[in-house]
Amino acid sequence: MTIKNKSLMALILILALSACSDKVTKQNLSEQAALNSGAENNAYNGGDDLSVETVAIGQGMDQLTELMQSDTFSNPNSPLSKRIIYFEYDSSNVKAEFVPVVEAHAVYLVNNPNQTIALEGHSDERGTREYNIALAEQRAKSVFNMLQVLGVMSHQVDIVSYGEEKPDAIGFDEQAFQLNRRVEVVYK
Amino acid sequence: MNSFKQIVSLLLVLNSVLYANTLRAELIIDITEGIQSTHKIAVVPFAMHTSASDKEQEVISQIISSDLGGSGDFSILAKEEMLSAPTQAGQVKYRHWAVTGQDYLVIGSILKQDKLYKIKMSLFDVVKKQQINDLLINVESRSLRKAGHYLSDAIYKTIMGIEGVFSSRIAYVTTSESVKKKKQFSLFVSDYDGHNAVAITKSNEPLMSPAWSPNGLHIAYVSFENKVSEIFVQTLSTGARRSVAKFKGVNGSPAWSPDGKKLAITLSKSGNSDIFILTLANGSIKQLTRSWAIDTEASWSPDGNSILFTSNRGKGAQLYIMPSNGKGMAERLTFEGDYNARGSFSKDGKQVLMVQGKKGSYRIAVLDIEKQQTTILSAGKADESPSFSSNGQVVIYARRKAGKEILSLVSVDGLKKQDIKSNLGFVREPAWAPKAK
Repeated sequence: MTIKNKSLMALILILALSACSDKVTKQNLSEQAALNSGAENNAYNGGDDLSVETVAIGQGMDQLTELMQSDTFSNPNSPLSKRIIYFEYDSSNVKAEFVPVVEAHAVYLVNNPNQTIALEGHSDERGTREYNIALAEQRAKSVFNMLQVLGVMSHQVDIVSYGEEKPDAIGFDEQAFQLNRRVEVVYK
Repeated sequence: MNSFKQIVSLLLVLNSVLYANTLRAELIIDITEGIQSTHKIAVVPFAMHTSASDKEQEVISQIISSDLGGSGDFSILAKEEMLSAPTQAGQVKYRHWAVTGQDYLVIGSILKQDKLYKIKMSLFDVVKKQQINDLLINVESRSLRKAGHYLSDAIYKTIMGIEGVFSSRIAYVTTSESVKKKKQFSLFVSDYDGHNAVAITKSNEPLMSPAWSPNGLHIAYVSFENKVSEIFVQTLSTGARRSVAKFKGVNGSPAWSPDGKKLAITLSKSGNSDIFILTLANGSIKQLTRSWAIDTEASWSPDGNSILFTSNRGKGAQLYIMPSNGKGMAERLTFEGDYNARGSFSKDGKQVLMVQGKKGSYRIAVLDIEKQQTTILSAGKADESPSFSSNGQVVIYARRKAGKEILSLVSVDGLKKQDIKSNLGFVREPAWAPKAK
């Protein structure tokens, strides 16, 4: 079974379970915004203290579509303003707290089929460089697979993995590591 | 006495294309703790029979002192402590050297004739009171450093019984120290001691994974200069290069087959990272691994029959080995530690050099395959990219020191350690060239 098939199965499972989980609230979204803008200032202190409820993919899509029609790209309250998805060590699973971010970009891309993006995969600097290239590509592909399930056409997305070669944060500590384990969504 | 006497005529001509735009870039070997010097040696400044400058006069003895001292196998007598300065065999008074506890003595002379330097070097065993080597070499002036390294190798071999590494070259990647945007990446080739450094390619995008061809004439590397990963093979003498892999997704981790005809590479065009074998003559590729997991960092066994690689098909990254013809299963090689990656074989194929992660620290380790015994060679938290010297006695690797990335040397027994100082910013991914032909 390929990774892709596995993630697909997982997504279908999540979709099936979504009926009984909480909805994305504006409260959650602004927490997300705070998280991401904090990250840009290198002040992200980890995701553990953020109590974002489990969010199922596809859920709240109508709400998001609505949100984005009224808001622009630059609105900090719009999940579209978040272009970075963070990962755990040696993992390429998209964490629940970042699912709304991926969903938001999916909605935009579905509504704008001529828009293309690049997903840039990155890792922290622990471990070997070429392994990190492969790992960071898996991260970007996890995001890509989610986008595809949500209707984004594959030709709209380019994937490039930089491994640990382009760190976002300096330093050899967990604070820098978690900022560097990321996929950046780059609009072209 | 004549049995050891040899006259070598070397026209050491460095390739002018390769060394055309030499930068003032330096790596300086800096001996750190833990060195156990076994032999005491005095290297007397060579006599200069010409009107050359003092600098030229001292260059040969300085290179020999720096090579031998830097190896960790020798301690060098300071010039101020020399009781005499013989420049030919008849002038040597053994007691002058015995009294300061020297084991060996090196003397010599340089005669300039037209554009050539005739360099004579003699090596003495102070304890046995006899001359044990004698060499005469001819070089062009611009190859004086090369001549010095050649003499160091000869001295090392006479005393230690194994080949020295002083004539070898290394490749490495540097980046500017500012971490964020507008970074410049350079791929350098230099003498092993950092002199004669030449940037063979530069880019504002990452450069990675330099790998020497077995004949030392070409370097394969990964460049992101076109905003995607791409593998190039560059010929050092001409600077000419060609793109050999630019498939969709990852193009990485080039490793030359022992015959120099193939590259094992990592491609992700089939969905995720797998090992492929690229035949350089016709560009054909053959897929070697087919797993859902990450397979990368291939390395060939010395006989070319096996491929060692990193995979996370088990839990976490570990080393696996499989036949290079693809006929056979991959077997797991490493079981100790949480993370074992970027393996490469020793020349005899009995040991594997690798990066081992344990409790959050990543260190250089050597695995004895038969005994399944691991020796940790380094003590850092983020040590990486280990590469064997051509004589297999020394490992060069990259480590972090005071927030910088630097190169470091360690003997295969882990006892002798040296850092290589640099003014090149961050220095990483060293690759030791095969023995110069």
